Amino acid sequence: MTLLAHAFADALCGVTRLVTGAQARWVGCGPEPRQRIYFGNHSSHADFALIWATLPSWLRARTRPVAGADYWEKGVARRYVIHEVLRGVLIERAGGPRAADPIDVIVAALEGGDSLIVFPEGTRNTGEEVLLPFKSGLYRVACRRPDVELVPVWMENLGRVLPKGEFIPLPLICSINFGAPLQVAPGEEKDAFLERARGALLALREAARPRA
Amino acid sequence: MTPREHTLVLSAGIFGVLLAASAVGWVLKLRSAGEAPSPVVENLNARVKAWWVMAAVIGLALLLGKTAVIVLFAFVSFSALREYATVVPARASDHWVQLVGFFVVTPFQYFLLWMDWYGFHSIFIPVYAFLVLPVIAAVRGDVRDFMQRMATIQWGLMICVYCISHVPALLELDIPGYAGRNAFLLVFLILVVQGSDVLQYVWGKLCGKTRIAPGVSPSKTVEGFAGGLASATLLGSALWWITPFTPAQAALIAFGIALMGFFGGLVMSAIKRDRGVKDWGTMIEGHGGVLDRLDSVCFSAPIFFHVVRYWWTP
Repeated sequence: MTLLAHAFADALCGVTRLVTGAQARWVGCGPEPRQRIYFGNHSSHADFALIWATLPSWLRARTRPVAGADYWEKGVARRYVIHEVLRGVLIERAGGPRAADPIDVIVAALEGGDSLIVFPEGTRNTGEEVLLPFKSGLYRVACRRPDVELVPVWMENLGRVLPKGEFIPLPLICSINFGAPLQVAPGEEKDAFLERARGALLALREAARPRA
Repeated sequence: MTPREHTLVLSAGIFGVLLAASAVGWVLKLRSAGEAPSPVVENLNARVKAWWVMAAVIGLALLLGKTAVIVLFAFVSFSALREYATVVPARASDHWVQLVGFFVVTPFQYFLLWMDWYGFHSIFIPVYAFLVLPVIAAVRGDVRDFMQRMATIQWGLMICVYCISHVPALLELDIPGYAGRNAFLLVFLILVVQGSDVLQYVWGKLCGKTRIAPGVSPSKTVEGFAGGLASATLLGSALWWITPFTPAQAALIAFGIALMGFFGGLVMSAIKRDRGVKDWGTMIEGHGGVLDRLDSVCFSAPIFFHVVRYWWTP
């Protein structure tokens, strides 16, 4: 990473923490130096930045977001941020012509030893639904690399800070919660696993809310 | 005594009380040696520690003067509004209305205060923000729950910005024979209202049995309320020498603002219960959020301001 990219990364983390007021709550696991896939709910473009900014810096250096190439390859600024600052793993979405299978790309990134950030809903959730159904990618990656821990990450309020189409963030207080890691059980079917992973994220949402 | 001597005596008194509180917390912690200290003791120590910081910040701002006090309370209002907006319901289409609340209404209210423009800052939010914000929302075009959404936003601005801004507004009052000492009015308000909160907490912990509003707040008791209010009245009366009031007037005013403070705590608790949260935020360790600490001040500051303005200024 160049010095300039470093400065950008630090600035991005600082601004994200300041605007969201969020601190990481490690509910189900600690910030450990293990290879992990952090899977979170996706309601805002700032989701990447929030997970990334709240990881301790020594974990952040070894954690890469998985993002859609169609959005991030547009324009010089986006390309710089995703490649130089975030060191993103870009995948091509279904629907268009694909040069490479996204699962191969993600598994290749895992071979490099880094942890990843993914959003298994596949797209930003801007509706009333709490959490959209998961795409199958999480299952397929988990089957090829069962040794990598899958950590659910629930982020609250980020969609309200920057709703779709807005560019000035509302200074609401966000929360980010890291849950207990899960893995694919031997012989577990795709749908059963995806439902379990989605359930873990929803359970984390309930647990993370400070109820009276 | 000169104002300078008043400041010294007050500072020494506050320092002494905090020192005593820290000592009590320390002894309670030592007594539980071996076992883990109870959550109540842990929380007490966190609260006392936060009081040291709050006393230092307010003291420093008062020493620096009017601009520093206004900047401090503008920041307090902003943080309170932030906690409020996080907890209450809103729709995505409220984004611009809320942005205007945070970045236009809040700073402008404190700017008017800084200009000493009483005629405008006393009506800016209740009239102008009240009329303009729903216009922005109507232009956006989302009509769903329109009334509730606008009322929620207006209510937040009234509590978090308008009411809280009456604390630094005390500095602009022109009281004959009291020039240059208005900072003591602010200290009187904060000491009595926050003192009342603390004394209600202490009385409640010592002999609280009968819950006063079990559906709203599980920690408020009749014993805490009565003991806290009575001792806050005595505290206010004992502080008459820093105010333009006689001891009897100081006692009456202290009783009034402590009562309003209690009501403030009750109302803000009702919102928290409805929204299913225990605290407004986490900014002040041991206390919760800014609004958890200032709920009583929100309700007492405008009343105190009006009482002083009506009877003590020409």
